[in-house]
Formats: sequence, structure tokens, C-alpha cells
Amino acid sequence: MIGFRIAKRLRAGRHSFDLELERELADGAFLGVLGPSGSGKTTLLRCLAGHERPDSGRIGVGQELWYDSSSGACVPPRLRSVGFVPQDYALFPNMTVLGNILYADPDRENARELLSLVRLEKQAGLFPRELSGGQKQRTALARALARRPAILLLDEPLSALDEELREELGDELGRIQRASGVTAIMVSHSRHEISRLCDESIELRDGRLAGFLPT
Amino acid sequence: MDPSPFLVSLRLGACVTAILLVLAFPLAWALARTRRPWAIAVESLATLPLVLSPTVLGFYLLSAMSPRSPFGAFLLSAFGLRLAFSFEGIVLGGCVSGLPFMLTALKAGISGVSRNIVEASYSLGKGRVETALRVVIPNMKGAFLAGLVTTFAHAIGEFGIVLMIGGSIPGVTRTVSIAVYERVEALDFAGAQAYAIVLVVASYVTMLALNALQRAEARR
Repeated sequence: MIGFRIAKRLRAGRHSFDLELERELADGAFLGVLGPSGSGKTTLLRCLAGHERPDSGRIGVGQELWYDSSSGACVPPRLRSVGFVPQDYALFPNMTVLGNILYADPDRENARELLSLVRLEKQAGLFPRELSGGQKQRTALARALARRPAILLLDEPLSALDEELREELGDELGRIQRASGVTAIMVSHSRHEISRLCDESIELRDGRLAGFLPT
Repeated sequence: MDPSPFLVSLRLGACVTAILLVLAFPLAWALARTRRPWAIAVESLATLPLVLSPTVLGFYLLSAMSPRSPFGAFLLSAFGLRLAFSFEGIVLGGCVSGLPFMLTALKAGISGVSRNIVEASYSLGKGRVETALRVVIPNMKGAFLAGLVTTFAHAIGEFGIVLMIGGSIPGVTRTVSIAVYERVEALDFAGAQAYAIVLVVASYVTMLALNALQRAEARR
């Protein structure tokens, strides 16, 4: 079970607003967060990953408390069991596909299984600059899953891809999430992507819950 | 032609570059990754030698190193170290004077490494040291190269600070630049030319190698 309550003041140019969101997710659930640019979607993921600190709230994952403003507890990003796939995939340019996965977990057997899961066995020795957009996305997913994280955070994972590839890799993403059984949160500005892939979907506007979407 | 000024210059360049490589990296990291107001003050101080007269800088360093100053007296009593008119003194002066070159190159390199890949490393369970060694440094080779070469080239051509702090002790503090100056003062232009032309050619070859390597790196 993953539960969070996050409050953070955000600024977008001269406009400022409060991100305020509270959710609970069952193990293996796939939550979609829909919202326009600047609605606080990425900040929500960054707060969960520990790259940004909320102004107040609480983040609990299983028996662990990652953040609690009342006690001052704040676990650093490296100690949070998170798989984070940012919008630009953030692959390490100096490492091959296999190197990127082994950096997360040096277990070669696990890396081989992940390469098979994301269908990149033949590209294992290629560097990120030699990969297509879809291959980069799948490498980032495999790397994020390598440590068997408690939660997978996906920041617009399909936005850098063209229409056709987006459909294909969207299906692939859903398959990988179900196969790994990891609890996931995906943010996107595409209603179609969210409703197609996620078990539960919410809409965020100016940092607040604006409604639930049918899935 | 006495070869000792070349050896002193090369030793000075090697020592200054090695010391600054170790000291400037954590400072460059802190300056590149923070938005705190103190960073501007620290960076301005570290890069002051770019605009300050080397003679003025040399004067203050010499004053600080003098056994009559509290710092110089402390070094002498605690470590038996006399920095004024010594090789160690000109290395210290070279480090102060060369810091802006190494710092600027490394800071640009660190800033050029996407914050997302650094954060990705943290999210994969790695700490700052491992992230620096395995992710940041391998992705800023060009910046390292630029820092190493410009700092070394600047140190071997150093004149004002070295003359103020070290004087011109043959085999100890007399660098090539000082040897050129002394030959000119003695109206020995042929002697000055012999030292100067070696420095010009060595500096040109160094810059040529740097630019060629940076282009090769950019193409990768």
C-alpha cells in the first residue's frame, strides 16, 4: 500500500498556486494523473521520488515512512525504492543499454531478464545516441525496474514519440507494468493514454484534484 | 642556453594543475549545483585573479607569506615552511592565479551534465561520490581536458605573481618567463628569443591539441 498527502506552493511565472493531493494506492495499481502543463504533475512525481521536498504532508510506502512534515522525516532519493522515468528518459550517455541497467543493479541475470521483458536483447551493446525514441523509452523502463522498486513513476513517458510509436509503446508499457506487478503512477496530458493504460485516473488542475476519469 | 627555467616551469605547471584538479572539482560542483546567494560571492572571489593585476595579487600573497605576517609565522613555526622565495610559494601563487581557469572549465562541464541524469543516478540508489565518478565525470571529459590544458598553459607562462613571490632563484623559482625578462634586461635579445620561441611553440601545440581533442569529443 502506498499513501501520500502532498502540499506544496508552486510558481508558474507570475502565477502561483498550491499543489494539494492525497491518494492511496493498492499494491500493483496503476494510477494515471491527467493535467495540462504547469498543473503540478511533474512536481508530484519529484516529491514522491525525493527530488523535491513538499511544504507539508506525508508519504508512506508499505511499512516505510519517506516523508513526514510533522516529525521532519525525509528519506533521501537514493534510499527510496523508486523507479523514475523522466520525460527525457535521462539515460547515461557514457553507458550502453546493458550498462545503464547494470548501473541500477549489477546482477547480470536480472539485466538479461529485463532486456528480454523490454525486447532489447539485440540492442544491449548500443549507446543511447544509437537508439530510437522507443528503444530509449524501453531502456529507461528496464533500468527503472532493475532495482525492483516499490513504485514506478512515469513522467510523460510517451510524449517524445510519434503517434504510431506512442500507440505501440503504450501497449508495451501496460504489458511491462502488469508483468512486473509494480505499483505505478503515470502523469500525462493525454486523456487517451491515461484512460487506455491506467486502472484508476484522476485529473489535476492548478494543483488540485479536479475529477476522476473513467478507465 | 640554461635548460633549468624550462624544468622549473614544467614542474610548476604540473604541480599547479594537479592541485587545482583536486581542489577545484568540489568547488565547481557546489557552484554549479546551488542557487544560494553565497555562490556569487565565492565565485567572484575565486575568479578575481582574471581581472586583478598579477603584481597586486603577488604583493598580497608575498605579504601573507612573510614570516612577519601571522600566516607566514604560523607556517614557519608549525611546519618549518618558508613560502616566500621558494618553489612551494610560487606553486601556491600559481594555484591562486590558475584557479579561475580550472574552475570555469569544470563548472561549465558540470552544468552541461543534465540535472535529470544526476537525479536518475540518485533514484537508482547511488550517492554523490558514485554519481560524480561514474556519471558526471565521464560525461564532461571535454571540460576536464580544457581545464587541465588551460591551467597548465597559464601556469607555465606565469610571470607577475611568480616574480613577486619567488624572485628569480636559478633552478628554484626562475621560470621561462622570468628568464626571458632577465635576458631582455641584459639586452641579450638572442637569448630572450631562444627561451621565448620555445614557449610560443609549446603553447601553440598545446592549444592545437586541445582544440583537436575537443572537436573529436564533440563528434562522438
